[in-house]
Amino acid sequence: MDDISLHILDIAENSAAAGARNIAIRVFEDPEAGSLTLEIEDDGCGMDAETAARAADPFFSAKGKKFGLGIPFLEQAAQETGGGLRIDSRPGRGTKLTSSFGLSHIDMKPIGDIGQSVMALVGGHPDVRVVFEYRRGTCRFYFDTDKLNEGDIKEGGPASFPDRLLVIKAMINNGIQRRQM
Amino acid sequence: MPGEARKLTVEDLKRIKEEHRATFTLREGGYRAKVTVNMGTCGIAAGAREVMNALVEELSASGAKDVIVTTAGCGGLCSREPMAWVEIAGQPVVRYCDLNGQKIKRIFKEHILDGRVVEEYALAVGDETSY
Repeated sequence: MDDISLHILDIAENSAAAGARNIAIRVFEDPEAGSLTLEIEDDGCGMDAETAARAADPFFSAKGKKFGLGIPFLEQAAQETGGGLRIDSRPGRGTKLTSSFGLSHIDMKPIGDIGQSVMALVGGHPDVRVVFEYRRGTCRFYFDTDKLNEGDIKEGGPASFPDRLLVIKAMINNGIQRRQM
Repeated sequence: MPGEARKLTVEDLKRIKEEHRATFTLREGGYRAKVTVNMGTCGIAAGAREVMNALVEELSASGAKDVIVTTAGCGGLCSREPMAWVEIAGQPVVRYCDLNGQKIKRIFKEHILDGRVVEEYALAVGDETSY
């Protein structure tokens, strides 16, 4: 994966595959502490302790394959910056994945296009509520697909689904950019 | 004569056809065409998100209302990702591989809008059971 936003999409796709109705993506940047925390939380089918413990093993998959690389890739990316990955999961309740990164580490990947990732997630799973939160220091940006109304989308009539997706992408990228200034 | 109805033009008919096309389609959900982009780890690492992005931009720009875009997991052929498949009502499924934003835009125009399969990008035609 070239950047953090691609990891986000990949892990959130796991949530959707686990039957989640709600997916929360949180990116917290702390420039003073030099850290970035990524949380992806869902209300999907969850994992028992044994499955969760093996989720970061590249030669383990719960989807009937012989390998599963999404979580191992993210763990590697986090560890390369001095960070790590933690999974909290309960069967029938959902999963919360937390990974931390050393923001100023030379091996820190760029953040990438998070707007495009959320757009691809919502486009592929229009029935899933996606919440995205970005915090940098004391600045905060919050996005919720349930709070979107036609007024946000386009003046002069209801927008089509692809139009909505493009607006979601722009809203998120603008929201992040403004808080990085 | 007052109140005389304006004559329908060919353009009017085209517009009406486009507006009501979705209601006459065969597939459930009323879509004439459906594009599914494989969005597994392998696909994402190879550029599937860019393919999806290009498709959404193209779909929005075209204004077509009878085409739906969605995603799926790993297609089982990771070395040929990004992959996507196109279903058009009444026609065999076409599976495309080694995609990028430019290629999917061409597929959108030629296959989805004009009905001509882009053979040079196609991996296979038909369902899994037929190849």
